[in-house]
Amino acid sequence: MLVPILKQGDFLIATIQSALTDDDLLRLRDDLAEQVGRYRSRGVIVDVTVLDVMDSFAARTLRALAHMVGLRGARTVIVGIQPEVAFAMVQLGLTLGDVETALDLEEGLELLHKRTKRSASRGR
Amino acid sequence: MSLLVNKVAIVGDEIHVPISSDADIVIARQQGRALAERIGFTGSSLAVVATAISEVARNIIEYAKRGEIVLKPVNQGGRQGLTVMARDQGPGIPDIALAMQDGYSTAKGLGLGLPGARRLMDEFEIISKVGRGTTVTMKKWVR
Repeated sequence: MLVPILKQGDFLIATIQSALTDDDLLRLRDDLAEQVGRYRSRGVIVDVTVLDVMDSFAARTLRALAHMVGLRGARTVIVGIQPEVAFAMVQLGLTLGDVETALDLEEGLELLHKRTKRSASRGR
Repeated sequence: MSLLVNKVAIVGDEIHVPISSDADIVIARQQGRALAERIGFTGSSLAVVATAISEVARNIIEYAKRGEIVLKPVNQGGRQGLTVMARDQGPGIPDIALAMQDGYSTAKGLGLGLPGARRLMDEFEIISKVGRGTTVTMKKWVR
């Protein structure tokens, strides 16, 4: 299942629509790393609200995604991890490392705006 | 009686999910979650069961290429629960104690697979013979 990626201003928003296979996740990682360059995006949001499972492969792939996007000069925020999923992740011993997270899309956008704020005086 | 629906075989009260690709991992955990819901699991324990199934199913793909997940309701002295069996005829595990250590992995995993699944479930048993295969049996009880 392909994850649609929307361009909104300086940001890319990838909203997962249904359960993803490992290959779907790897494709999302690669697509975002590529599109960050194509659209000169400064931030990426991955919305995982619909996921009812985050296993070790998914967590590892999201960490890699954020790392790759970071190497391309943009910030990543994962939003929408459900409380049940968070519980299972903690039980399993999974972390997202230093990947930033936010409660939902709104909070994620706010965080990205804060993180990617251009210095006001630049270029004037 | 056996009924084949979308690769999933229903045998009595058992659900057999053949595992040979990453898409089958998704089918196994969705079937497991649905059965857990019918048995009476709720909330985070559904996510816990689905995650554990995902880890053992991926273990099959990574080490044995193919195998199957068998899901079955259990009732022991009035307690309701779910049994998940993951079995393959792959290379087997030479050193189970080592494989159950956190952080140990010979494939691309994080080493969370088996020890992670053990932490998620209430009961966990692994039988493996080198050259013959591996069977993981785990249970979770409704609280």
